[in-house]
Amino acid sequence: MSTFLGMPAAPPRSPYGTGNLRGDRAFPEAAHDELGNGQLRRNLGKATRTIRAKRLAVTGELPDWEQLRDAGSAIKADTMNRLPELLEQLEQKVTERGGTVHWARDGVEANEIVARLVRATGSRDVIKVKSMATQETGLNEHLESLGITPYETDLAELIVQLADDRPSHILVPAIHRNRDEIRQIFLDEIPGVDPDLDNVPAHLAAAARAYLREKFMTTKVAVSGANFGIAETGTLCVVESEGNGRMCLTLPDTLITVMGIEKVLPRYQDLEVFLQLLPRSSTGERMNPYTSMWTGVTPGDGPQDFHLVLLDNGRTAALADTIGREALSCIRCSACLNVCPVYERTGGHAYGSTYPGPIGAVLTPQLAGMDATKDDPNSSLPYASSLCGACFDACPVKIDIPSMLVELRHQHTQQSGTTAEKLAMKAAAAVMRRPKLYTAAQKAAAVGRVAGGRDGTIRHLPAPFDGWSDSRDTAAPPRQSFRSWLASAEGAATMRAAAEEGVRTTADDRTEDQ
Amino acid sequence: MRIGLFATCLGDTLFPEAVKSTAVLLARLGHEVVFPPGQTCCGQMHVNTGYQREPVPLVRNFAEQFGDSSIDAVVMPSGSCAGSVRHQHEIVAERYGDASLRAGVATVKAKTYELSELLVDVLGVTRVGAYFPHRVTYHPTCHSLRMLRVGDKPLRLLRAVEAIDLVELPEAESCCGFGGTFAVKNAETSTAMLQDKMRSISTTGAAVCTAGDSSCLMHIGGGLSRIRSGTRTLHLAQILGSTRTSPYALTEATR
Repeated sequence: MSTFLGMPAAPPRSPYGTGNLRGDRAFPEAAHDELGNGQLRRNLGKATRTIRAKRLAVTGELPDWEQLRDAGSAIKADTMNRLPELLEQLEQKVTERGGTVHWARDGVEANEIVARLVRATGSRDVIKVKSMATQETGLNEHLESLGITPYETDLAELIVQLADDRPSHILVPAIHRNRDEIRQIFLDEIPGVDPDLDNVPAHLAAAARAYLREKFMTTKVAVSGANFGIAETGTLCVVESEGNGRMCLTLPDTLITVMGIEKVLPRYQDLEVFLQLLPRSSTGERMNPYTSMWTGVTPGDGPQDFHLVLLDNGRTAALADTIGREALSCIRCSACLNVCPVYERTGGHAYGSTYPGPIGAVLTPQLAGMDATKDDPNSSLPYASSLCGACFDACPVKIDIPSMLVELRHQHTQQSGTTAEKLAMKAAAAVMRRPKLYTAAQKAAAVGRVAGGRDGTIRHLPAPFDGWSDSRDTAAPPRQSFRSWLASAEGAATMRAAAEEGVRTTADDRTEDQ
Repeated sequence: MRIGLFATCLGDTLFPEAVKSTAVLLARLGHEVVFPPGQTCCGQMHVNTGYQREPVPLVRNFAEQFGDSSIDAVVMPSGSCAGSVRHQHEIVAERYGDASLRAGVATVKAKTYELSELLVDVLGVTRVGAYFPHRVTYHPTCHSLRMLRVGDKPLRLLRAVEAIDLVELPEAESCCGFGGTFAVKNAETSTAMLQDKMRSISTTGAAVCTAGDSSCLMHIGGGLSRIRSGTRTLHLAQILGSTRTSPYALTEATR
């Protein structure tokens, strides 16, 4: 008998996630439609500007804000470094306290687990707390296909659900809707709503409240997400503003929480850091109105049947990427969306995924891949950024999103074989590595002056630069490059004169008066 | 001080006036300006578009051209190229380079500066003897602002310019929408960002919008030219290079 002792094969890569993590069009095409919507741009501009100012005010007032960010980043790095053991600890603690833990490899499995648990209760209805994880898995659509009706109870999620729409923001899913549109949605979709409902926000909220109260009082099963899960104690935490979450988490008999595995935190004390970072970064509030925490089941108080579904759905695949894993530190505050100049113009739908904006552009390809097909829409996401860096500055856990975007672009070009762009890049590098060729190319470029006509301005450029020249003039190349000027008699004389002046001014010992 | 001037491929080829002003300014301040003739491009466009193997020769060439210990500091009239040298070259060298490239990259990185950093931090000057009697607004380019953290150094230099009418740009810190190949790959989104930037610029009534990057100015200036705005773009170096004896004539073309 012989044992093969060859090279160990690389372990199989963890599978990518399923669900709402891929649009049907590339970002530029999707953005084209959104950019044409003037109302959307005004809504987004106003909303993001307001929330940016609020965030800056409440982060600026904390003397230790930067240290808090460092602490948040460090805790998350520690968490990712020992994720398996922390998850097992969480499972053990939740089980000890009377809860049941389920492990879901992907969105399909998570949806099946939740549906099975709901069916076991006999309920045909489910009330839901706003949850990114179940948006990601497409849980609502799955439940509906089985004849179970999910009711979103977060006001904005309710608006999105009633309109059969998709969320466009992590925190403010209906940010693309204004109050007139919301009024119309309520009039069309809420049974028995006052036909004289106007567009005053308080009246709209009251209409939703009346509708939801009845659901809270009569529905026996709730589904939630989780902002944090504490490994040390088995405590789950949901942070919200409206109190609908508190209703869902306390009134029903059965509570099913779907939590991405990256949401685990090692210690209860870590909440001290994250409950400062999250509300200030997210809504620009010092503290959010409702913070609910629960640990397993408490006899006689709250849901008596508690299930925690731990969702992987591509997170292990992301964890395997030494650079990509940083995206798993995200606490879904959406500060990066609100400061992103691209998001502000295009809105969230252009990203095609549950996760829009800068974090979506790095997280979505990590979770679901970006080279599933030749023109995978996800491969356009890392390019949906001017690399301005505003997201990095705003991130409460210091995720270096610009560097990750550059890294994902590199991964994509490595995967995409030979393209016209790659050939052009190779050609450019081949010229630029040889100064003589480079100088010759500069001279050739100067010949392009003729394209500028009499005023030296080029108005139309061929593809792929036609998008550029649609709104920008391009100045014709100058007659002379810098290096040929410097080598010329004129250049030499100018530099000599400046140097002579320099000698004089140095002799004058000009003193600095700043 | 013996200062190595990196013209940048864009500055050398398309915007030589900004580089000339940089060279003349430093010479005027009493420094020796050297221009290593084998220099070409920092490779930023490659890296930012997703290509890290292709620019290895460019990264090596940069380190070789400026690595000489007789060069005390390396300056370039571009925040984004300085950002590339300081932040991206080591990524490329780490991934695709050898030990000598990594060492070379570390050496030049430590002495590379964008123009306003060199003037204020290294040479210790803000008053450079400039004269510019026009209304000017300053756009802090993203890589100067958030990658290099130049802070208010360019503004301190501008405030010290004689006769300048410096006005604040509203929402100055938002990106103009250039982003290199972003402006080509996502031209429409880039245009939407440019429009907002131009609107902010127009509220200042400035004759000149200045910045520390010819690339962003090419974008903003191209937009301003298309809408026939009364504002033109001019590199920071050209304002600092304008003097009473040799003032910048605003009527001539911007390059």
